[in-house]
Amino acid sequence: MSISQQPKAASNVLQQQLQQAPPSGGLRYPSSKKTIYDRNLNRTRTSELSRASFAYLFIEMISYAQKRAPSVSDLEKRLNASGYPLGLKLLDLLIYREPPRSALRPTRILALLQFVHTTLWKHLFGRPADALELSNNSPAEYMITDNEPLVNAYISIPKEMSQLNCAAYVAGIIEGVCDGAGFVTESVTAHWAEGEDIWPGKTIFLIKFKPEVIEREGILKGGTS
Amino acid sequence: MLRKEQDRVVFTLLIINKAGGLIYNRAFDSSLAGLSSNDSLILAGTFHGVHAIARNLCPPSALPSSTLSSASSTSFTSNPSASASAPGTRATPATGIQVLETARFRLTCFQTVTGTKFLLFTSPEQPNVDAILRRVYELYADFVMKNPFYTTEMPVRCEKFDRGLVGFLVGAR
Repeated sequence: MSISQQPKAASNVLQQQLQQAPPSGGLRYPSSKKTIYDRNLNRTRTSELSRASFAYLFIEMISYAQKRAPSVSDLEKRLNASGYPLGLKLLDLLIYREPPRSALRPTRILALLQFVHTTLWKHLFGRPADALELSNNSPAEYMITDNEPLVNAYISIPKEMSQLNCAAYVAGIIEGVCDGAGFVTESVTAHWAEGEDIWPGKTIFLIKFKPEVIEREGILKGGTS
Repeated sequence: MLRKEQDRVVFTLLIINKAGGLIYNRAFDSSLAGLSSNDSLILAGTFHGVHAIARNLCPPSALPSSTLSSASSTSFTSNPSASASAPGTRATPATGIQVLETARFRLTCFQTVTGTKFLLFTSPEQPNVDAILRRVYELYADFVMKNPFYTTEMPVRCEKFDRGLVGFLVGAR
């Protein structure tokens, strides 16, 4: 008796839900009818999401880019481009979320790089990046190192594409943050660190600023000291 | 104690896809007489067939009594598939071969819900083979299925999967 009633009750609930959902609805609207846009911007405690769901989403992003990319460098460029708008927005969001007194826009290169190395990394991956260095080659080049990028956690690169590093997506995010803060970059690229045995997935993000940014930094330095 | 530790060995892991093709073959210990890669392919295909036959060899007594009684008591106008599909009365699916044992080794088969089969050759003394297989399946789900450069049902060539397996099966010993 009770079994025969169950499907009926279930279909009633379903009908109610269908009637309540907006016409354009579907998966876009959660059952609580609170989308991500209805939540307070400062709510960070419940913002963690499943690693597996990110992994599957990232797979689809890579295959989407791969279908349209004729070469490895083009594929990296596409991944970079998909991370770029995220960086622009994250800069605003993360500065907004800082405590009011320390919510300052980074105006010096070091402050900006510290922001990327610590605040941005903690927000995205739950820990700061592993190293921040100035390149030996040029004063305009900085390197941020991550021993085990989360985006590459499940990815094995096939031999014929060994140069590819899918952390180019993260490089795009960094580029967005730098550009959004007014530090125009030549490029931000992700490279495999060579000769690493302990951390086979070690990745170096190479940030190249444009000469005018370095020039401005020099003037600011002269003015304050 | 020491001797016992040495007896516990995981020899080989084979992964067979839905169609019976061998997609992964790796030996972890050389003490099992080596199969050539061609032999492994034949073994995979043969096992796939025998497994499928074994699934269909199901004694009627193994069927749950509720479905039997309802099928016999209702008249021929009722639809037997409707009673079978009602919640709670679904028969446990036939599993096919799970373990094959000889004096020298034991073959344990783990089939996923999607039909991929993991065959693990171990020494007969090896305990907890189920737990090992579950962990291997976990590694497969992580490093093979979440790898954007892997095409499903094709041979597995994923560096991180290899490394994870060696770390788990060789390093843990």
